[in-house]
Amino acid sequence: MANPLADKYADRIQKHMSKYPDKRSAVMPLLYIAQEEYGWLSPDAIVQVAEICEMDPTQVKSIAGFYTMYRESPKGKYWLQVCTDLPCALKGADQFHHDLLAHLGIEEGGTTDDGMFTVEHVMCLAACDRAPMLQCNFGYVENLDMDKMKELLDKWRKEAEAYANAD
Amino acid sequence: MTHIILREKDVPNIRELDVYLANEGFDGLKKAVSMKPSEVIDEMKRSNLRGRGGAGFPTGIKWSFIPQSEPVKYVVVNADESETGTFKDRQIMENNPYQMIEGALICAYAIQATAVYIYLRGEFWDIAHDLDERIEAARAQNLVGDDILGSGYSCEVYTHLGAGAYICGEESALLNSLEGLLGQPRVRPPFPAQKGGGLYKEPTVVNNVETLANAPYILRVGGEKFAELGTQQSTGTKVICVSGHVNKPGNYELEMGKHTFRDLIFEMAGGIPDGKGIKAILPSGGSGPIVPATDEVLDTKLTYEDCQSIDTILGSASVMILDETVDITWAASKMTKFFKHESCGKCTPCREGTFWLDKVIDRILRGEGKRSDVELINNVAANMQGTTLCALGDFAANPILATIRHFPEDFYAHVDGDDEKAPVKAAGD
Ligand SMILES: Cc1cc2nc3c(=O)[nH]c(=O)nc-3n(C[C@H](O)[C@H](O)[C@H](O)COP(=O)(O)O)c2cc1C
Ligand code: SF4
Ligand code: FES
Repeated sequence: MANPLADKYADRIQKHMSKYPDKRSAVMPLLYIAQEEYGWLSPDAIVQVAEICEMDPTQVKSIAGFYTMYRESPKGKYWLQVCTDLPCALKGADQFHHDLLAHLGIEEGGTTDDGMFTVEHVMCLAACDRAPMLQCNFGYVENLDMDKMKELLDKWRKEAEAYANAD
Repeated sequence: MTHIILREKDVPNIRELDVYLANEGFDGLKKAVSMKPSEVIDEMKRSNLRGRGGAGFPTGIKWSFIPQSEPVKYVVVNADESETGTFKDRQIMENNPYQMIEGALICAYAIQATAVYIYLRGEFWDIAHDLDERIEAARAQNLVGDDILGSGYSCEVYTHLGAGAYICGEESALLNSLEGLLGQPRVRPPFPAQKGGGLYKEPTVVNNVETLANAPYILRVGGEKFAELGTQQSTGTKVICVSGHVNKPGNYELEMGKHTFRDLIFEMAGGIPDGKGIKAILPSGGSGPIVPATDEVLDTKLTYEDCQSIDTILGSASVMILDETVDITWAASKMTKFFKHESCGKCTPCREGTFWLDKVIDRILRGEGKRSDVELINNVAANMQGTTLCALGDFAANPILATIRHFPEDFYAHVDGDDEKAPVKAAGD
């Protein structure tokens, strides 16, 4: 069976494999690569990762489901994970989360109609001294308020449009 | 005080290898490789350093548990940092990364490990990639890899990213996660230090980032000199993460035993915003017991033993400050939601207990609880204590019991006092 991930990312996969004495240990880094390629961990992506790591697809799927950073369903281009854990909440993170959802017109966990933004609340991200904060895909944005947030949303929207037009 | 861990506060750009090397960087490792491995462990024992990941286990003793006769051994750096209110390891890795790498290599040499794995929480994506580059920079200077510093000792250093699961900070769950298994705790014994219990079943030391970042200094100045800092039971300094209702949240590295909660909150962290009063302190994230901010508590020194004397723990020293406006029932609900979300589900008392705690506290918060619900919470929490496979079950139960013990009025304020009238369903709903 063809395995596009194994072909396209041969170098990166090899680099991860070389760190560990067995193939199974590379499953987490490989799930990140699959997610990068497909945007989420589709059943096909899971099968490919399982094949490379010589694991059972059901095991790979249960690993993907165990962690919050793997996407088991498609998400918006910008996946905004707002920390609403206690220290951030003491600094107004619940209100911020609520206002962000209202501004985008979505519910918790939802995605905007244009597929641009998904908003979810998460537990402590080790940035409690810079609340409110969120994780956007793989980067942190800290010391937020709704004014700053609106500017960022505009900026991201423009970036995504420019990127789409350049294709 | 000059800093031992947060050295970027004294030496700008210590994160760069040339600056680190120009400021005693890797002198500790140089010293270590000139000694016998067992002498390095003795030096660590003399320092009386205790683990900074939460449990406070003596580091030198942990290293000495590794059976030297085994050919393959590992060091795993616990950089999962997911306890609510904890953000010190992140600062260390961002601003003084080589010190952690050096410390890990000192540990590796002491136990003659073949490799070091740094397990970072997935959200530390950028830090992991930055560390990868720094490991290569260190390799170019013969500090990592083959024949380190011409000593004949070789050791690789790798990073591994988690993907968002608090339980993977628990050392045996971390090892499973690293091995590509489900990130759930293992039944012990065997313990990680033993054959059969560690990474790939080989003897393994798991240490926190801050713990290991102390090792270069200990090797440089000697364990005895290090132990002059702090108290007999709490030697050295501790990086304290201060968050919540303070004017200057952040990390403060303090010599243990020299400062009180009052100094920390009102001098270093700039006091409570808007002139409000302080109600309570959570000294060890969401998993340690809450204490009311009485004079006795505020005048307690920041050490393991002093925190114990006021019925709480110093733990990872993630100090959250709650001002007078905070409803402790709400805070308890936040903590419970955390543990309900993070319970790995492997054992029933933890999985079900966190589920019920959350349900009952929510019902109380909605004004639909009754007085006996407060008792119910106590019972559910008490049944979780000591009955679970890993400490998360206790982490979930202890803080809740303490919130009710210290702030019963915050809970009873939500129930109208009459069991008959309150519109509640039975406990099994
Ligand atoms: C649920 C749970 C979560 C934990 N999370 C962490 C963590 O994020 N970082 C950490 O260093 N230790 C964590 N620990 C403690 C580790 O199991 C282990 O004791 C520690 O890494 C040992 O290092 P030390 O001796 O240097 O403190 C956690 C423990 C439990 C039970
Ligand atoms: S106590 Fe909780 S987190 Fe720990 S093993 Fe049991 S279910 Fe998992
Ligand atoms: S509570 Fe939000 S980052 Fe820690």
